[in-house]
Amino acid sequence: MSENASPENSVTETAAAVPPPVEDKGESLLRRHIASFFESVGATIGLVVLVVLVAAAFLAPLFAPQDPYDLATLSIMDNMLPPGERLETGMVALLGTDEQGRDMVSAILYGLRVSLIVGASSVLIAAIIGASAGVFAAYAGGRIESFVMRIVDLQLSFPAILVALILLAVFGRGVDKVILALVIVQWAYYARTVRGSALVEKRREYIEAARCLALPSSRLIFRHLLPNCLPPLIVVATVQIANAIALESTLSFLGVGVPVTEPSLGMLIANGYRYLLSGNYWISTFPGVALVIVIVAINLVGDRLRDVLNPRLSR
Amino acid sequence: MLVYLIRRIGQSILVVAVMATLVFLSIYAIGNPIDILASQDADQQELDAIARRLGLDRPMYEQFGIFVWNALQGDLGRSFVYARPAVEVILERMPATLELAFVALVFSILIGVPLGVIAGLKPDSFLGRSIMSTSILGFSLPNFWIGLMFILLFAVQLRWLPASGRGPVTEVLGLPLTFVTWEGLRHLILPAVTLSLYKASLVIRIAQAGTRDVMLQDYIRFARAKGLSHQRIVFVHVLKNMMIPVVTVLGLELGSMIAFAVVTESVFAYPGMGKLLIDSINRLDRPVIVAYLMMTVVIFVIINLVVDLLYAAIDPRVRLSEPKG
Repeated sequence: MSENASPENSVTETAAAVPPPVEDKGESLLRRHIASFFESVGATIGLVVLVVLVAAAFLAPLFAPQDPYDLATLSIMDNMLPPGERLETGMVALLGTDEQGRDMVSAILYGLRVSLIVGASSVLIAAIIGASAGVFAAYAGGRIESFVMRIVDLQLSFPAILVALILLAVFGRGVDKVILALVIVQWAYYARTVRGSALVEKRREYIEAARCLALPSSRLIFRHLLPNCLPPLIVVATVQIANAIALESTLSFLGVGVPVTEPSLGMLIANGYRYLLSGNYWISTFPGVALVIVIVAINLVGDRLRDVLNPRLSR
Repeated sequence: MLVYLIRRIGQSILVVAVMATLVFLSIYAIGNPIDILASQDADQQELDAIARRLGLDRPMYEQFGIFVWNALQGDLGRSFVYARPAVEVILERMPATLELAFVALVFSILIGVPLGVIAGLKPDSFLGRSIMSTSILGFSLPNFWIGLMFILLFAVQLRWLPASGRGPVTEVLGLPLTFVTWEGLRHLILPAVTLSLYKASLVIRIAQAGTRDVMLQDYIRFARAKGLSHQRIVFVHVLKNMMIPVVTVLGLELGSMIAFAVVTESVFAYPGMGKLLIDSINRLDRPVIVAYLMMTVVIFVIINLVVDLLYAAIDPRVRLSEPKG
């Protein structure tokens, strides 16, 4: 796959990102990419923050001060405590408690987990569907291509928030339904991105060579064409995780997102909305701050990935 | 051109028809609105009566046929909740949303253009870079949370501006407007600024790129050589030329502004179409949802059609390259 001689070309890099072919040349290019990623202070901080937050969210059951879903441990006497107050159990609620006496630190960690799961899995599924559709359209060409791209155009001409809102009004509440709705509104971005790069790659010599070997189309598409379209897809998908998380929180805020039993960050913010006017700011503010930190961190990482993976910018 | 026009209009009608079918089928699947409308202790007879009155007892294809026939005559059903034509209920709320969207559009220019020009004049300065990185935040931060923080700061803490609702309505040339009075404007500032932030970030990026572009042009060098002051160059020559892409993009974005208003209106309890949509979803007021969607689809299709036709009129390559598709 790496017959392509020029070292700047991302061909070898993606070969390394996709497991099987292990070669020294690919390894060193990947290592160079990693090194160049960490040259940026902002991106490094973003990545560290992101890793810490993801770990905190998924290990929440181990060290969160409280299980926010377990109503037995909650005491209604503790409700609406401002940040820093002591609960009946003697525990200090660093970020206050909500109307049910739930410790906000624990609620945020568990909420973050829901938000991250929804964001990451919807992007992953949408990217797989979108990339397959895009690369297939580019490879097939002709009527199939224009049909697929017409659907993509049509979908992108309507704002994602509106489409997702209506879909969820139809589906009803639920984590799986939110993910499904987000997949439906997102796949078109990836289809467009991948088709764009696949059209360029399709004309390269290595595809020509693969064709001369009479490889089956499926192998040509998935082993030769698709891997070489990955770098722009990775960049778009990274930033899109942040957008998906923001979109999910908006939908949950509007009351059509995740169910009350599994509150995401957006839902926590929505809960606090009712108490905002009476000055109980902490219920809405801190989940929002957590949301903002996650989104900014993902954007910092995504921005740097764009610089690192873009062959035109490197050297 | 005529062939292109006919084909493009035909496509638009097809899109509207497909969307109408999708909208009807999906809304039909939403759930039974009778459960919400009838009182808790209604017996079967009362439920049947409600179903008959709303036409819900007929088979689905018949309901669809009636829906299409009526839609063609501009009747998208009667609201279950308001017991009035759904189109009428929406049209009543439309001026509020349009006013919000237009004021937000003005704000996004007022915020975006100066910042974009500053960033474009000195792209490598600290200020320029800060503006550009802040504009990324405008894209990516959840808009509703920013709105909440505005409420917290300006309405709850500082008590400068009202937190929700719409101000007193004044008729100006037959249009029900609120921003002409101070009280109305006060109600409009927070929602409009919140709604404008996303577009403002977009304007900053376009204005920055445009300014950098224009500054490299020969006519700027010539203006400098002529001895014009820096101010005059920026305010007359640069500003005029970089506004073209800004205005184009903002025109295109007006439709999505109306869609985004759904979120802003919910945050600020602003009585526009968007709030109506959310309320209708929660109350399963099917005809209003369907009517809102159909009207939005038509608005979007018309905007896209006009843009495409304008491009085709300006650039003949568009209409000449199309047929193979």
